[in-house]
Amino acid sequence: MSALRIAQEEKGWLSSETIEFVAKYLEMPAIAVFEVASFYNMYDLSPVGARKITVCTNLPCALSGGVHAADYIKKRLGIDFNETTPDGRFTLKEGECMGACGDAPVLLVNNHQMCSWMTEEKIDQLLEDLKK
Amino acid sequence: MSSQGIILSGLDGDRTWRLADYIKRGGYDALKKIIAEKLSADHVIGEVKKSSLRGRGGAGFPTGLKWSFMPRAFPGAKYLACNSDEGEPGTFKDRDILRYNPHAVIEGMIIAGYAMGCERGYNYIHGEIFEVYTRFEEALQEAREAGLLGKNILGSDFSFDLFAHHGYGAYICGEETALLESIEGKKGQPRFKPPFPASFGLYGKPTTINNTETFASIPYIIREGGDAFLALGKPNNGGTKLFSVSGHVNKPGNYEIPLGTPFADLLEMAGGVRGGRKLKAVIPGGSSAPVLPGAVMMDCTMDYDSISKAGSMLGSGAVIVMDDSTCMVKALERLSYFYFEESCGQCTPCREGTGWLYRVVHRIENGLGRPDDLDLLNSVTANIMGRTICALGDAASMPVQSFIKHFGDEFAFHIEHKKCLVPQDVQREGSKIYVA
Repeated sequence: MSALRIAQEEKGWLSSETIEFVAKYLEMPAIAVFEVASFYNMYDLSPVGARKITVCTNLPCALSGGVHAADYIKKRLGIDFNETTPDGRFTLKEGECMGACGDAPVLLVNNHQMCSWMTEEKIDQLLEDLKK
Repeated sequence: MSSQGIILSGLDGDRTWRLADYIKRGGYDALKKIIAEKLSADHVIGEVKKSSLRGRGGAGFPTGLKWSFMPRAFPGAKYLACNSDEGEPGTFKDRDILRYNPHAVIEGMIIAGYAMGCERGYNYIHGEIFEVYTRFEEALQEAREAGLLGKNILGSDFSFDLFAHHGYGAYICGEETALLESIEGKKGQPRFKPPFPASFGLYGKPTTINNTETFASIPYIIREGGDAFLALGKPNNGGTKLFSVSGHVNKPGNYEIPLGTPFADLLEMAGGVRGGRKLKAVIPGGSSAPVLPGAVMMDCTMDYDSISKAGSMLGSGAVIVMDDSTCMVKALERLSYFYFEESCGQCTPCREGTGWLYRVVHRIENGLGRPDDLDLLNSVTANIMGRTICALGDAASMPVQSFIKHFGDEFAFHIEHKKCLVPQDVQREGSKIYVA
């Protein structure tokens, strides 16, 4: 799992070639590696933008504005969930519980950077920073 | 974050996760005591049994008893696993423990390793909290350099090593056997039980899996004694416990309080219901626990027995508070989508059933409900429960059953009038972006 994570960090997403490379490196059948890659949500099996933003809309977050935050980002970026901006900078995803419900609204940037208590102002700021 | 307990108390500094800080708080004294006084493994397990510590992950199984199931005399490898795959909606306590007090978990695991004769442990950390995984790795390195982990701990003949492992976005890996599969590098599909992990666990060897908070409670129990821990809570519900309060409260966050504290007190600590609204419903133990009406909760105390008597479960201690701006159909729709999305697909009743549950609740919410839909939902849940390998099937069914049981009128209104009982603008106002 760590090998796939590292490969994804380097390549941006997991293509068939990347999965085959990891399989070879681990001396495992490619299908066994693909099984793992397709099972876990945080692996991307199709190209994503330079920044992947995942917003949690699960119930505890939704009660504290998770859906509003997601709607606001959709409006700002002009895309819906599972879409990428035409310039390839941003992809938006809907996420499941990230285990930070007290910090709602919560979002993840590129799987690893968690942003808490995202007001509209903080979202604006984040998007500006990420464009740099 | 506030604490009247033992895990999150004294964490005022800005580097509380560092080893030096932990030692100043009395950290690793329990381990030193065991090594210096050459306490026997039976003695350690005896103290844990006396403490009446119950598993903090959700099932509430007595920890001491679980530890005694491990075949200590079994020759060869035995493993220990810590379940920090916190993905149950509403639960966010392990993240704070690992962020601010990771060494308490490490010390707890070393002691557990000593008591059960394990030579190696793994901490499986939820993928979404990757920063916590990185910090835990740092803490492990500190402990190794200080001779607290690895070969011949503190100069004794006891050796134990511990490794961090991260998930990558699968709720099901919080199920203990799925977690083991995932550590082994496979997709996280639960195994049949029996055999239980104590006889056939990680790589087929005897393994014990406990929750992060459970391990973090161990150093106190050894240092101060099992009786002292028990006295913090109430009989059969030893100690203090972390409650993650989320939803419509003024101060969402983690609260560490004695088991047996009235729910009303916890709600007050969390700043009460937002905007002076009325409490409508509470899910007391994470999204899988049956929902309870607000009025019922106000008479409960926060411990395993009281919540169970009221018809729900304390689970992981995730308290999701909903005020009267909440549409219960919409709330259930979101939870049902979650279980549909996260079903691992191994057992047919769950794989197909969760889809049915979501689609039927979805159509009710969207004004396409049929008169016999509530019977249909109940029949689908009856066909899932008890017919799957793991508890996710039950976890998906219990919210549906309890929402219909307690808020059936609201579902019936939806089906008949094709709209919410709670006006849309009230719902929007109630769940807008909120920052305490």
